[in-house]
Amino acid sequence: MSVKSGSADFVESGGELRITGKGSWTIETAARLRPVLDAIPIASARAVIDLEAVERFDSTGAWLLLRLYRRLASTGVSPSLMGLSPEQTTLFNRIVEIGDCEPAHAETSHPVIALLERTGRNIGAAVQDGVELLNFLGIVAFAAFRSLIRPGRIRLIPTFSHIERIGIDALPIVGLLAFLIGIVLAYQGADQLRRFGAEIFTVNLLGISVLREMGVLMTAIVIAGRSGSAFAAQIGTMQVNQEVDAMRTLGLDPVDMLVLPRMTAMIIVLPLLTVYANIMALTGGAMMVTMTLDIPLAQFLHRLNESVALGTLWIGVSKAPVFGLLIALTGCREGLRVTGSAESVGTHTTRAVVISIFLVLVANALFSVLFSLFRI
Amino acid sequence: MTDTEDYAIEIEGLVTRFGSHVIHDGLSMAVRRGEVTSIVGGSGTGKSVLLNTIIGLNRQAAGTIRVLGQDTARLSERDRQALASRWGVLFQQGALFSSLTVAENVQVPLREYTDLPRDLIDEMTALRIAMAGLPPDACSKYPSELSGGMRKRAGLARALALDPEILFLDEPTAGLDPIGAADFDALIGDLRASLGLTVVMVTHDLDSLYAITDRIAVLVDRHVIMGTLEEFERHPHPWIAAYFHGPRARAAKDG
Repeated sequence: MSVKSGSADFVESGGELRITGKGSWTIETAARLRPVLDAIPIASARAVIDLEAVERFDSTGAWLLLRLYRRLASTGVSPSLMGLSPEQTTLFNRIVEIGDCEPAHAETSHPVIALLERTGRNIGAAVQDGVELLNFLGIVAFAAFRSLIRPGRIRLIPTFSHIERIGIDALPIVGLLAFLIGIVLAYQGADQLRRFGAEIFTVNLLGISVLREMGVLMTAIVIAGRSGSAFAAQIGTMQVNQEVDAMRTLGLDPVDMLVLPRMTAMIIVLPLLTVYANIMALTGGAMMVTMTLDIPLAQFLHRLNESVALGTLWIGVSKAPVFGLLIALTGCREGLRVTGSAESVGTHTTRAVVISIFLVLVANALFSVLFSLFRI
Repeated sequence: MTDTEDYAIEIEGLVTRFGSHVIHDGLSMAVRRGEVTSIVGGSGTGKSVLLNTIIGLNRQAAGTIRVLGQDTARLSERDRQALASRWGVLFQQGALFSSLTVAENVQVPLREYTDLPRDLIDEMTALRIAMAGLPPDACSKYPSELSGGMRKRAGLARALALDPEILFLDEPTAGLDPIGAADFDALIGDLRASLGLTVVMVTHDLDSLYAITDRIAVLVDRHVIMGTLEEFERHPHPWIAAYFHGPRARAAKDG
């Protein structure tokens, strides 16, 4: 008999059931062996299980034997075991000792109730989240205020390093995207306005939409995806390595060390990037306008100067520090909320991007309401 | 053929190096079936590298490693996987998959390598977790919810999932409190006795050496010297003498 298969025969004679195991009773043969054992009918008063001919026997085999033993015992038969070697007996006894374990089953509730429960939980979590964000804003504001009173606490070198990473390193991608947006806006505007013979207003459309909304929004979204996620991942990894805990025990405040430099850098950089993005978008738009509408560059500039007030630029740029604050705050907070595992870093990095873009768009809507109230 | 019956692992003339840095230079050792062999050595002598090389995470520059009679360097991918299913490895931090519960971690090898029906897998999972000395309520927990000691036990349950013949342990008692470490030693000894396992472990823990080790492999000067505890206590090599006669060794021996 090959050791790659295991089996059991049974004979009934004179009120005694005799089960003879053969081959290997191991994890490899268990899938086929179990139905064989389960199919043995029990109708006798006594039973003998003879495992003399079993060549290989591991803990899975021992478990199957225990199952058979218990099935016999539950019908009032007390089976006797034969032919186990001393090692096999030790193994079987060990499995009997711990064999009372029941496979754990998760409790399941009605699907509708489960859905309601989940919805409730999520709403509760979202509200809790908002409260915690406000709390974090308070902590950071307090730390910032403290730094203003004692400027010695300000970490200048990390701040500059973050300015470089958030700002200078982002110039190519922000510039390219803004340029493309400028082209698209000019093209679509020209296309629609030409029907009314008002293509010259493309310049107004381009100037106002870029300076007021698109420039700052595009920049904020790109930076949220690029640097907000980086903040969460950096701080989150430090959290996993217990670096943040180490800082606390050394008497260093993680908010001072990690959050303030990032936040300061973000608040400084985002308005600058916005101005840069505005320039690039207008350049893209100008290129499109001069090429498709036969408006010379000089006329484009003249028209832009006439139709767009300087205030429009300031409105756009003034939103940037607020967006920067939101992005930095969310990124850092998600980073600090990382617990334990590497998976948690991923989850919170994703959350940082989603939440910061969400907050940027909500804040932008609030700005619109605010500006219209003050008729700016 | 008698060799392969007696020895679970045979290593001959093993050379491993990282770049120009030679870790092992012509290392030879053999692990007897059914014994607990501990690999000891100073920091940086390549204990973990040796373990990783045996289980195939590292590739040797020269030399042969035979595990259960098969030369690991000459196996096809299929045979290598079949061989790998005959050993279990417990990594230093447990190396549990953090996105899976303890029970799911134990089920990974069972699903991957066996054709057991679903309910039998559940039963085997519960059995393995009990064998590793974890309470049943640990099944549904995630690794991040476990203490360091429980994580190691969960890792051990996963290593035992396929009823392996050889168990590799990388510093099994590191980071455990003395009571937890002693319990873990007892558990390993217990499993060895009941499952007939061959155990290879890298350890720094002198208590483990005195408690459960049959044979010791000392890594010095890029080679291995094998022997029993008694033999090493009279060994002339300065590092070995310092190791087995230091204050900690004496304390472990008396205890």
